[in-house]
Formats: sequence, C-alpha cells, structure tokens
Amino acid sequence: MALELDAKVPPGPIADKWDNHKFDLKLVNPNNRRKFTVLVVGTGLAGASAAASLGELGYNVKVFTYHDSPRRAHSIAAQGGINAAKNYRNDGDSVYRLFYDTIKGGDYRSREANVYRLAQVSGNIIDQCAAQGVPFAREYGGLLDNRSFGGAQVSRTFYARGQTGQQLLLGAYQALARQIQAGTVELYNRMEMQDVVVADGRAQGITCRDLLSGEIVSFAGHAVLLCTGGYGNVYFLSTNAKACNVTATWRAHRQGAAFANPCFTQIHPTCIPPADEFQSKLTLMSESLRNDGRIWVPTEFDEQRAPGDIPESERDYYLERKYPSFGNLVPRDVASRNSKTVVDEGRGVGPLKNGVYLDFSDAIERFGAETIKARYGNLFDMYERITGEDPYKVPMRIYPATHYTMGGLWVDYNLMTTIPGLFALGEANFSDHGANRLGASALMQGLADGYFVAPATVPGYLAGLLGTPVMDTSDPAFTQTVAESQSRIDRLVGIQGTRSPDHYHRELGKLVWDYCGMSRNRTGLEKALAEIPALREEFWSDVRVLGNPGGFNQSLEKALRVSDFMEMAELKVADALQREESCGGHFREEHQTADGEAQRDDEHFAFVGAWEWGGPDVQHDAVLNKEPLEFENVQLTQRSYK
Amino acid sequence: MTKMLNLKLKVWRQDGPDDAGHFEDYSTTVADDASFLEMLDYVNEQLIADNREPIAFDHDCREGICGSCGLMINGQAHGPQKGTATCQLHMRKFNDGDHITIEPWRAAAFPIIKDLAVNRAAFDRIIESGGYITVNTGAAQDANETPVPKEAADAAMDAAACIGCGACVAACPNSAANLFTSAKIQHLNLLPQGQAERFGRTKAMVETMEDYFGSCTNYGECQEACPKEISVDFIAMMNRDYAKSMIVNRRRLGERKVG
Repeated sequence: MALELDAKVPPGPIADKWDNHKFDLKLVNPNNRRKFTVLVVGTGLAGASAAASLGELGYNVKVFTYHDSPRRAHSIAAQGGINAAKNYRNDGDSVYRLFYDTIKGGDYRSREANVYRLAQVSGNIIDQCAAQGVPFAREYGGLLDNRSFGGAQVSRTFYARGQTGQQLLLGAYQALARQIQAGTVELYNRMEMQDVVVADGRAQGITCRDLLSGEIVSFAGHAVLLCTGGYGNVYFLSTNAKACNVTATWRAHRQGAAFANPCFTQIHPTCIPPADEFQSKLTLMSESLRNDGRIWVPTEFDEQRAPGDIPESERDYYLERKYPSFGNLVPRDVASRNSKTVVDEGRGVGPLKNGVYLDFSDAIERFGAETIKARYGNLFDMYERITGEDPYKVPMRIYPATHYTMGGLWVDYNLMTTIPGLFALGEANFSDHGANRLGASALMQGLADGYFVAPATVPGYLAGLLGTPVMDTSDPAFTQTVAESQSRIDRLVGIQGTRSPDHYHRELGKLVWDYCGMSRNRTGLEKALAEIPALREEFWSDVRVLGNPGGFNQSLEKALRVSDFMEMAELKVADALQREESCGGHFREEHQTADGEAQRDDEHFAFVGAWEWGGPDVQHDAVLNKEPLEFENVQLTQRSYK
Repeated sequence: MTKMLNLKLKVWRQDGPDDAGHFEDYSTTVADDASFLEMLDYVNEQLIADNREPIAFDHDCREGICGSCGLMINGQAHGPQKGTATCQLHMRKFNDGDHITIEPWRAAAFPIIKDLAVNRAAFDRIIESGGYITVNTGAAQDANETPVPKEAADAAMDAAACIGCGACVAACPNSAANLFTSAKIQHLNLLPQGQAERFGRTKAMVETMEDYFGSCTNYGECQEACPKEISVDFIAMMNRDYAKSMIVNRRRLGERKVG
C-alpha cells in the first residue's frame, strides 16, 4: 500500500507562501481553545517553545519529559550559536540568502518551501529570545554581536558564550514554567512515551511509562506533537546525551507515520576520540577551532614518535594539500571523511591510533598564547579535563563523531506526519536540512517550529475537530495499546539472559558505525543488513534486565530504547542502500568523482525517501515512498571546495 | 599513558523513597582516563554480570551542562575538582588504592528516588513562581530596540550559567537554595527586559524557595561546590532586591485602600 505524500505546499511565489497560508488556515475562537487538548512530547527547544506558545494561546496543553525537569533536554548542550537573517552586520545577508545557503548546504535534498519559511521566521526568534532575557553576547554599544560559521559568507550567528543552546532552552523552559504556573500547561516529568494511539484514522493520544512507578498510563488529546529529537544514539557512541533515543518517533512510525531519509546523519569532524573500552559518549569540540588549528597526520604508517619530534617534512597536512582554497575550513562532511581515510590507512595518532592532530603551535607562534586563550580558552580547558593533555603544548587529537540526524518523521508543510493529528517538530522531523545541516541551524529550526510554525498550523487542524471530545482512555484503542506496551516490558524482563542492554547497544552501534557511518558501500551495507536482524534476535533471547519493572528501573528504560534502535538501524541501512548517490552526510563509495568527491545524482535521487512500516522483517517489509523534490527558486550545482 | 586504578567503593543503596538505605562496598579496577560516571557504568556492568541490580544514578549529557548528574564524592558535592560537574570529573584525579564514598545529594527538599537519584522538582517550582519575563510569543519588538550594556549582559550571563544541578543545596549545611534562586533572579533582574517584574519576581521566588529549603547563613559552601563557579554576590543582590520588594513592590500598590 503506497502512502499519499501530499506536502501541502501552498501555491504562489515562495516569499508569499507562508503569509498566504497563515491567512488560509482555519482559526479557533479564543473561547473555544480551552476545549482542545494538545499533547506535547519532549521539552527541548521545539517541545518547550511549542507547549509554551500553545498554552499562551489558551489551549489545554500537557507536556511530557522523561527527565526530572524540562530544562535537562539535550538542546541544552548546543554550543556555537543560532543563525538569523537579521543583516545587522550590513554584509549582504537576507532571508533569501539564508534560505539559499541552507538549501545548498543540505546538498539539495530538502523542501524549498519549508526552508524558506525557516529563514523568514529566523529574525522573529532572535526578537523573542532577547525579550525573554536570553543573555546574548553584546557589543559595547549594547547591541547584539554576531560570529561567523561554516557554510556561509556572512556573519549571522547569534550566541551566548559557548552555551547558546543552554540559554535558548532556559528561555523556552521559563516561558513554559510561566504557563505551568498559569495553569494552561500541565507538566508530566519522568514520563516516557511508549506509543501513539491511533483510532478512526487519526492520532488520539499516547501511552507513557511512568518512570517512577513503572506504570503504563494513557493520555488522550486532539493532537500529539512529537518533539523528541534525533536518532544519533543508534551508533551508541555519539555526542548525544545518554538518554536520547528513537522510541517516540519509531513507535509513531510503527503506527503508520512515514520515516524519511533515515540514512542522513551528520558526523561532526572535531570530537575527542574514544580513549578506551569504557567510553560512554563522545564530546564535541566546537568547529570554530578549525579557524586556527591545522590538521595533520604523520606521513609514515605506525609512527611512534611524539608529535613534537616529527619534522615538518614528515607531516601530512592533508586538508591543506587536497583542498588548497578551503584548507582546514572545508565543510563538516568533507573534513570528516578525510579523517577517516587517513586513520583507516593506519596513520591515525594517539594510543589507539584513532585520531588526527589539530595543531595550534603555528597559531600560538603567530598570535601568542594569550590570544589563542582568549579565543578558545574554555575549549582548551575542557579538552584538558577530559584527556589530561595540555593543547597549548601538544596538538589536540580529534576524530569525527555522530552529532545530528537530518532524517526523521516525514511531515508536510504544516509539520503533520502521515498520521492526521500527529505532528513532528525540530530534529524529530526531516524537513529543513536535507542531507547535511549547517552549523547554528539546529537551534533555529527547533525554535522556528515551536514558537512560530506549530502554533499556526496545529490550530488549523484542531478547528476541524470543534465539538469532538477527546477519546475516553478506557476505549479499547487505549487499553489495547497499554496492554501491548506492558507485554513488551514483560517480555524483556522475562528473558533473564546473560548480557546487559548496554552490551547490545554497543554491538549495534559498532555495526552501524562500521558499515553505515562516514562512508558506505554496497558490500558493507548488505553485511549490516544480514547482521542486524541476527543481533536483534540475540538481544530478544539473551538480554538481562534486572530489578523491579514496577518501579524506577534504568536497565529497563535502556532495554526498551535499545529494542527500538535495533529495528530503526535496519531501516537506516536499507535507506542507505537504496540511495545510490552521494550527497551531504551520505557518502556512497561507488558514487564519487575521479578525485574522490561526493557525486550526487539529481536525475534519479532528487526525492525524499519516506518509508512506510510493513512489518517486523524491516528490510523486506518496509515500503519506500518518494516525494519528488522540485527546485523552482535555486539552481542545483555540484559543491566544490578545492 | 593509561594507568589502571584499583579502587574500593562505598556506595549508598536505597531501594526506594521509603527504604532506610545502606552502604554497600565494591571493588573495581578502571583506567584512569575513564570519567567518574564511566567508572560507575563499569561497576554496573560487573553487577549485572553477577546478577545483581545495578546502581541507579541520574546523568545525561555527560558534558557538564544538563545538570542531571550530581554525586557526593567523599563528602564533596561533585567531587574534588573545582568548577567541575561529576560527569566531567575523570579518574586521573584519584590514586591507585583509593577508597571512594559515593552518596546522593542529601537534603529534605530532594527526596531520594532510588540509590543515588533524587527528586529536584522543588527547583522547578521556584522557577514557575516567577523565574521568567512575561512576553507572549510574537509580542517582541526588534531585538536591537533595547540595547543592553555589555557589562550587564555579561553579569547576567554569569548568573544564567547555572545548570540547576543542586550541588549548592547539597553542599550547604542548611540545605539552602539561595545560590540557585539568586542566580535566576539576578540573571533576569540585571537586564532591562527584566525590570517590569523585578520586585514581584524576587518576592515570589524567595518565598517559594523558603517553602522548600533551609535558610542561608552565609557559609559560602555553595559557591565552592558550584560546577559553574557562580558567585555568592548574587545572593547579596537578591537579598537587596527582596528587602526593596517589601516597600516598592508595585504589584502591592493595588491592595491599598483608596480614600
């Protein structure tokens, strides 16, 4: 059964689409708003801003987080900044330029109309956040400061020291707290969504596991907003927080929501490489370091000397050698792939030979240690805390790590999935970043969706339900979903196998990283497609979940999340296999130019791959639906950074 | 080069909020480049292998910013390294043969959920009582219409850096939450955008704080324990604003009888 993928892009010139659409959307009278219940899952930038804004409008909102507080969501860890087309620098920025840079940076695999709207509301986000008291960096005159970021030739990134994500999230969290106090929003913390309840052809509510009591509880609503982030932890090691998981979007997928472009993952080039087998996660070092650091590896294989003892003539500054015009500042995907190449050749550095050097000695000589400290002091301190090495004296060691996922639930222009009434916001949807996301654009998208898009489009959907009460949670549609969630838990606890959930998560992550990481080929992907189902079967017969399922049980939480990653990973690999081209973060070794660069195939692959759940044999049962991408406003070009 | 450390751990185990709780001893050997939480992960893997229930503890970003983690390590909130959250503490700060005692935050306002995990919801209640600037989505003017002196923005950011971990409460002999509360109050009170609600906010948040937490007697342990090194100066500023709120609280003007 093929899905109908109607993106519902409004007609008219691209610059007018959003305004016209907002006028065309149905409205809900202020007196009627409290009759509608909206369930918002997740309290990161997208979730907190959407819940707060819908609460302000007068809707009856319930918001869910598995954390102890909404403020812990992983948006908090974003460092660099947030883009906005304010043109405060007078350097030629405009809505159109931000739109153009985002489409191009995404390697022409995103939907024009959504991206244009993102650029249009970007300025409003900065206004909103400044009014909330977000302490953005300021100049001496008191006006807002900007910095430059990759993939753009204008300076449009707003920031709050190295903690922009934290400050924006706290702004949204505080707006949410105000609505909780006002009684328009009800907060459910330590509550993890288990499933979406679909009945009469639309989303009617969710089931959750109360992480304190272990009970499965139901919530009914007129609409459900999934603001649950990405699936980067499918690799086990990533820069994501430990609890980030795919369960909410994957369970929605199983209930009928199409999952789009799962093979698109961003691998960030500058992270600290794993130190040992205990490694639990990877830490990102801001990409701004590449402005002054030079990346190199020894020319010799199996080099044993300390970096300082290796003469210039025996160092390979491979990015400067291969890309003379961009050098160390090539885009994230190009930098990452080249690090992998030299490490795979056996020229990696560090005790595990799993990194490359990022060397500041030239910059320190040229500008002095004080200047470098002023620019990067906090990053150097963090590096030293983690590795015990002083980057003022020895080169940093870096290696790429999974950082962000561009794929996610398929949504139309209204951010609604293929299940009516089920919306996906922020990293959880697929719509704005194509095959590669530009730096400082994730925060922009999360807040655009939550503050400005969903508060306009969700009421447009609700208006049609006026007079319809929410479904009773004693309805079989709910009780059956609760029973299914409960039986999954019973099954996991009942296995009483020999290996921990983390053991299986690591094994899965290694498979996906090796065969569907920075570069992919048919042989590897097919190998992964053979091994993932076997690993999943082993998981379901051998995982060991100890402790009481009827209470606070972190092993059980992990096991539930890993069980969904086990299925999602297979779809991700299948998607990578079908996409016979290289674009953005998706590099297929079979499709490269003579000099090793990504080779896009616009004739055959300028589409969104939206997968439909078909059954538990994921790679054979899943059905691929295609939304063709039409580019009316930008010219498709091949990226070159030589 | 990596060194292996043999450690003796004494860890607080408590089955639930109503359980009395007790210490359990464990021995483990880990690499010194592991983080403190990776050491606990490893102990947990060993426990699971022995068919024993793993130790529950809160953690998430492991980059020192989400504020989820927080352990009393040898009696020090977040352990021995200054300005460092538990997740960023690495085992090279310890020596081979060390004995390490690990406890949850201990404060009446933070009831224990299980083992090392505590309930910090009282912090959310303080924020809800006034830790925001009232501005509906869409109502904002252009961001550059309100210049903010750089010094004010920087000071506000110093306060706003709080991660809400609760170390200040855990380190305080009185279990006071004045550093946490003042950090949010002063983040907002220092900015021009925060002036309209300045005194109402201060009064509401201080009084909510007092519903849950003990009183500040200026020990200053909070500042020492804070992983973001937030200054106790903000407490002094909060106290000033609270005193002023008693006389200039504009919200109370309406309560005056007319005529």
